[in-house]
Amino acid sequence: MLKRIAIALACLLAPASLIGAFAQEAPHVEQRAWSFDGPFGRYDRAAVQRGFLVYNRVCASCHALDHLSYRNLGEEGGPFAAYRVRNEETGEIEITLGLHGGHEGQLVPATDNPYVQAIAAEAQVPDIDQETGRDIERPARPSDHFRAPYANAIVAAAANGGAAPPDLSVMALARHGGANYIYALLTGYSDPPAGADIVEGKHYNRAFPGHWIAMPAPLASEGMVTYSDETPATPSQMARDVAHFLQWAADPHLEARHRLGLVTLVFLSVLALLLYLAYKQVWRGVKH
Amino acid sequence: MAESTANGASPHTDGAEEPTRRDFIYIATGAVAAVGVGAAVWPFIDQMNPAADTRALSTTDVDLAQIQEGMQIVTIWQGKPVFVRHRTPAEIAAAQRDDYANLKDPATDASRLVQSNGQAGRATFIVLQAACTHLGCIPTFAEGDFNGWMCACHGSQYDTSGRIRRGPAPLNLAIAPYVYTGETAIRIG
Amino acid sequence: MAGPSTYQPQSGFTRWLDSRLPILRLMHDSFVAYPTPRNLNYWWTFGAILSFCLVVQIVTGIVLAMHYVPSIDSAFASLQRIRRDVPWGWLIQPIHAVGASMFFLAVYIHMFRGLYYGSYKAPREVLWILGCVIYLLMVATGFLGYSLPWGQMSFWAATVITNLIGAIPWIGESVRDWLMGGFSIGDPTLNRFFSLHYLLPFVIAGVVVLHVWALHVTGQNNPAGVEVKTKDDTVPFTPHATMKDLFATVLFIILFAVFVFYLPDVLGHPDNYIPANPLVTPQHIVPEWYLLPFYAILRAIDFNVGFIDSKLGGVILMFASIAILFVLPWLDTSRVRSMRYRPIARQFFFIFVLVCIALGWCGGQTPALSLYTAGPFRAELQWVEGGTRTQQIVRAASEEGAVDAFAAIEDQLTEGGAQLVRIARSSPTEATLTAISGGQMRNAVVEAANLDALEARIADQRETLGAAGVPFARITRTLPFEFTVTRFSQVLTAYYFLFFLVILPLLGLRETPGRVPESISKSIRGAA
Repeated sequence: MLKRIAIALACLLAPASLIGAFAQEAPHVEQRAWSFDGPFGRYDRAAVQRGFLVYNRVCASCHALDHLSYRNLGEEGGPFAAYRVRNEETGEIEITLGLHGGHEGQLVPATDNPYVQAIAAEAQVPDIDQETGRDIERPARPSDHFRAPYANAIVAAAANGGAAPPDLSVMALARHGGANYIYALLTGYSDPPAGADIVEGKHYNRAFPGHWIAMPAPLASEGMVTYSDETPATPSQMARDVAHFLQWAADPHLEARHRLGLVTLVFLSVLALLLYLAYKQVWRGVKH
Repeated sequence: MAESTANGASPHTDGAEEPTRRDFIYIATGAVAAVGVGAAVWPFIDQMNPAADTRALSTTDVDLAQIQEGMQIVTIWQGKPVFVRHRTPAEIAAAQRDDYANLKDPATDASRLVQSNGQAGRATFIVLQAACTHLGCIPTFAEGDFNGWMCACHGSQYDTSGRIRRGPAPLNLAIAPYVYTGETAIRIG
Repeated sequence: MAGPSTYQPQSGFTRWLDSRLPILRLMHDSFVAYPTPRNLNYWWTFGAILSFCLVVQIVTGIVLAMHYVPSIDSAFASLQRIRRDVPWGWLIQPIHAVGASMFFLAVYIHMFRGLYYGSYKAPREVLWILGCVIYLLMVATGFLGYSLPWGQMSFWAATVITNLIGAIPWIGESVRDWLMGGFSIGDPTLNRFFSLHYLLPFVIAGVVVLHVWALHVTGQNNPAGVEVKTKDDTVPFTPHATMKDLFATVLFIILFAVFVFYLPDVLGHPDNYIPANPLVTPQHIVPEWYLLPFYAILRAIDFNVGFIDSKLGGVILMFASIAILFVLPWLDTSRVRSMRYRPIARQFFFIFVLVCIALGWCGGQTPALSLYTAGPFRAELQWVEGGTRTQQIVRAASEEGAVDAFAAIEDQLTEGGAQLVRIARSSPTEATLTAISGGQMRNAVVEAANLDALEARIADQRETLGAAGVPFARITRTLPFEFTVTRFSQVLTAYYFLFFLVILPLLGLRETPGRVPESISKSIRGAA
């Protein structure tokens, strides 16, 4: 009986495993280890914070993050989620970035989150003056969408030699290899191999399909950003952090999904076991 | 099980044990399944609640400097109209005078000006939700016997503090939660 | 189905209701007392699993429709909003997306089970045909739903599939424009696809009712393939079948949950996270996995047959591959239902299953991909070292006579002692002939594993020779036979149709079946 179930499950899974075989051509992208890999995967909060800094200082001048708002940074699971925690020495309620060492705290609503408010206020977003109806720019609020670097796709293309920089909101899901691909792309710039046909206005990149990419190496030199946690901002570190950030941006509920998945699977296993016993009980003495 | 041991002499020990064990499995299975169904239903109900983006837009900033004395503006908060009224000294005096009148929904004028953070407000500015507590029409100002608001739909009359004084509405006009964010600025929500 | 109703109303209210609307009697007779063959195996639990899938898709779909915006400017963003901001949207949206795959997985198992145990044979033809109708509706619903996220794959799948309809002679293009509500996939298309995607599941549910009705008229088939004869052959549906179905469904939900929680995107395609762009087709477009076999059949036809061009031929075969299922009950001539007792047919059936999986694999590959290459790619290069070179410009009188004229001059030069002649045509009637006489004839052979590598080797060789001052070379390429994905698909497609049109009809007449048990209860005792 159990053997038959095993066979049935194997048959169920076989077509699924086939899907993996339908992978892509394109240059090989090296698999790296990420903290969000696997069924227990979580985001590395510090890496997402550093990655956001890289995005904000470097990528944001050309790439939009259309589907995210500033408040997302401060929501549950976000890199700048802040909590009201009671200080054990003074007994006063303090706002801290993230929860540390098993402290309990209450999430500060993202719109009231001081870190998020400060990040948002740095950006100028377009609006309409409520009295005159004229186009104006004002400092962003947490509820605003991320500032778009270009007004529309045509402007974006015109400013970048005809190739509009793609939106990065779901980039980590929109490419085979996800964060691995982003990392490989950002660190894949090099001189073209001898004899390669040079494409004018494009840049050689090992990871890019076709190898010639319109974007010049964005993280070319060390120290383009300064990390507050004193991690050395090497190009590969920045690439890794921004890939981590973009994975979070594309899939912000990954941690909640992983947590609930575990609970669900444990629950279903118990239910399956009970149902199996009940089924056996019902069929007891019935030849079949 | 306990039952069959107590009976002891029963020749069909298995048979006596069976119903208990069977019932236990069925009840346990049913209970676990019911918990599962219950838990699975919740997301499908909760999804109709306001989404995160909607909730984030639930504050409105108002510049008080633009409101002249004796004027009011209607602004939108959470998609609903809100009155912000710059009251004249006469209106304030009338409101305070009636604090202990025979009110359907007793409240002092000062209590209707308290900010959402618990601090006292200013008598000059009152922030009210512009929905008649009867059936939700928008009342108009300076009508009725109390020089406050009156709802044209069914004739409810409110005073200059937005308290219900006459008509079918049961409650005072609701206060919109607000705080002063500056000398002449408030944030509703 | 067996005999009169055994329903006994227990209370005053149920007696009252029973004489007015006997719905409880119907439920009781259909899902409680309904006699079920006692030898059903786990493959028979997929009916319940499919009902579960349909309910999940409808419930999650209704929820998604509350938040989705069917407009080409907002669809992609509204889906992102569902996944990011709507409470539990991050869970409900993947359930719906993965649910489509799970639904098809279950329906394929259900169909293969019906094929193996002969569940389509008399008196269950209508039951089988209703099942085929459901499957067809599922394909339509799946396709319509796939266009809604308005990603690149959505857009291009919609474009490609509507263009299939354009392949129909005479009326195809008008029908296509009617379907799209425009001359390309746009807002009108998205709106009607959304409307139909919402409608069809309820049509499916209606046909499912008919399917279950037909099932309850004929009774279930069973692994032995013999009809129910006595009460000994059956058990009541509840609790026996219900419990088994519930257990199997929970196992299925576990698989479902693994995908939803841990692999939500593995069954999809990354390109669908790129917003639809009518100006750029993705490099490699493929349908969802569950339609890949049909896609392979569509692409297998790369040749014209008479007045049917390759495009129309592919479309015809693709639709025929589903249509053939409708007439299956009359194609299979065997009197024995279950392939358990048909040793030869069983072998062909298992090959058929593998063929379907292989077709799915082919559908996901680049058609020109070579699976087997008979020998290397070879080219022979000929050139002359030294010697004297003469050039001659030839003008022919007319275009028709040009080739002959050039050939005549070439013969003349060769007979005059030239070792090599090259003809470079500069216009239809004009060519420059270069001849070399004397010198040393040389040749070389290069080999490579594929055409690109071969061309690279040839180019290398020419470059080296050119540097040595060799005027020109003659190159003869010998390409080996290549077994491409397209060829493989053709073989598989042929088997797909042969299975239904030749193997099942002929085998039924010639095969000697094994000993079929007299009754279900006998079959159980025999096995035990």
